[in-house]
Amino acid sequence: MLEFLKYLDRRIIFIFIFLSTAIPLLFDIGLPIGSTKPVRDVYDHIEKLPPGSKVLVSCDYDPGSMPELFPMNIAVFKHLFDRGMKVYTTELWPAAPPLVENAWRETGGAMGKKYGTDFVNLGFKSGGEVVIVRMGTSIPELYPEDYYGTRISKIPMMEGIRDIQSFDFIMNISAGYPGTREWVQQIVSRYNMDLASGCTAVSAPEYYAYHQSGQILGLLGGMKSAAEYEKLTGIPSENPPIKARAMKGMDAQSMAHLVIVIFIIIGNVVYFLERKEQKDKR
Amino acid sequence: MKREIPLAITAIFGIFMVAQLFIPHYLVQDISGRLQDWAVVIVAFAYILGVANIIKINSGVICRRGQDWEYKIVMLIALVIMMLSGILLGKDPDDSLPIFDFMYNSMYVPMQSTMFALLAFFIASAAFRAFRARTTEAILLLVTATIVMIGRVSLGEFIWERLPDITEWIMNYPNNAGKRGIKIGASLGAISIGLKVILGIEKSYLGGD
Repeated sequence: MLEFLKYLDRRIIFIFIFLSTAIPLLFDIGLPIGSTKPVRDVYDHIEKLPPGSKVLVSCDYDPGSMPELFPMNIAVFKHLFDRGMKVYTTELWPAAPPLVENAWRETGGAMGKKYGTDFVNLGFKSGGEVVIVRMGTSIPELYPEDYYGTRISKIPMMEGIRDIQSFDFIMNISAGYPGTREWVQQIVSRYNMDLASGCTAVSAPEYYAYHQSGQILGLLGGMKSAAEYEKLTGIPSENPPIKARAMKGMDAQSMAHLVIVIFIIIGNVVYFLERKEQKDKR
Repeated sequence: MKREIPLAITAIFGIFMVAQLFIPHYLVQDISGRLQDWAVVIVAFAYILGVANIIKINSGVICRRGQDWEYKIVMLIALVIMMLSGILLGKDPDDSLPIFDFMYNSMYVPMQSTMFALLAFFIASAAFRAFRARTTEAILLLVTATIVMIGRVSLGEFIWERLPDITEWIMNYPNNAGKRGIKIGASLGAISIGLKVILGIEKSYLGGD
């Protein structure tokens, strides 16, 4: 038995991981979802903003981190549109614009909001951190057109947008570089703007320091936070029809983590038994 | 002169970009804005260069029937179709683009997600083989990792409702202490490298010998 576990075929581990992920996705487990302080901070801040506030959502991610960040994007959009905010989006990752379009269609578009008066997508701009810096000095010069090629002078909600300080709040949904760290360094530090971050679970530990210091007002870290935010914003919802992707994913992630922890325990038990056996032989 | 001119350009623009942070005069800010626009344009050219490079390298492999040449054909066809469907057909905020959206949502998204999803399998296998309580430090890491892994999913809340709070404490204190140390160290390193580049001490970015 010890030998079997010691040289456990990795395909057995793969099967367990597959089943632990697939079964909860097919059948609802419905594990409880509460809300942690960093998530409530984002929610409370948006709740406090007066309707009609100008909110910039920088969606800096791509399909690789979609399971974690797309539900977050949807929940944030829904919350902002529910509260009657003017939503502006930019993307610093080349593969992000279609995801933002999908999120817009599922939330604002389905809620009867109008492109150009409630929502505008300024699209992808290459240059990473430099783009963020430039937003601090002039947005019309950096973005003469929106994602669809419309001159921004013809978009009603772009009136009065001069630079980053024209916005009341910035939400960054970030999968890495360029992302939250660059927004904090280039915008929060220089212009003292209100920023919150939504990021992957793997980058969340880095941003806790920014949240603790008050450089970001709130933090959505990974799928768990996305699920918490979905719950706070009333997702799943029927009007507009929005599925609770993160809540469903949370069951699968919970089971996968449990399986990994069990395998770590088995690995250590095998290690200690083997060490004991070697000691006994000596 | 091949080295001196680039070094001089780097020094002048580097010093200017640092100085503009402290000079709010509109003229300085205007020049700084123009320089940032240049940077955006230069980075955009990197994409063109990247596409040209992909076409050059892969068409070479296809011509000499090199390893996996069949896959290179698929890649080049996909590159051209994806690019043309986006550039030529245009976009409209209220309508979806059937070809582009189909390729993006039904091919690109699942393929990229699959690549990342594979990590779960390898992480589980690696954790089973490598995560051993060999030393006191390893035990600390093991216990903390287990608490965070369970506490940051809803299962943790199901097991014990205080577990997410404990996880948050770990993230806010021990994690932040370590992360801040790393961040401060890395930032000091970045400042030092930046200064060395501006002052012409660090020249490796110029390439050559």
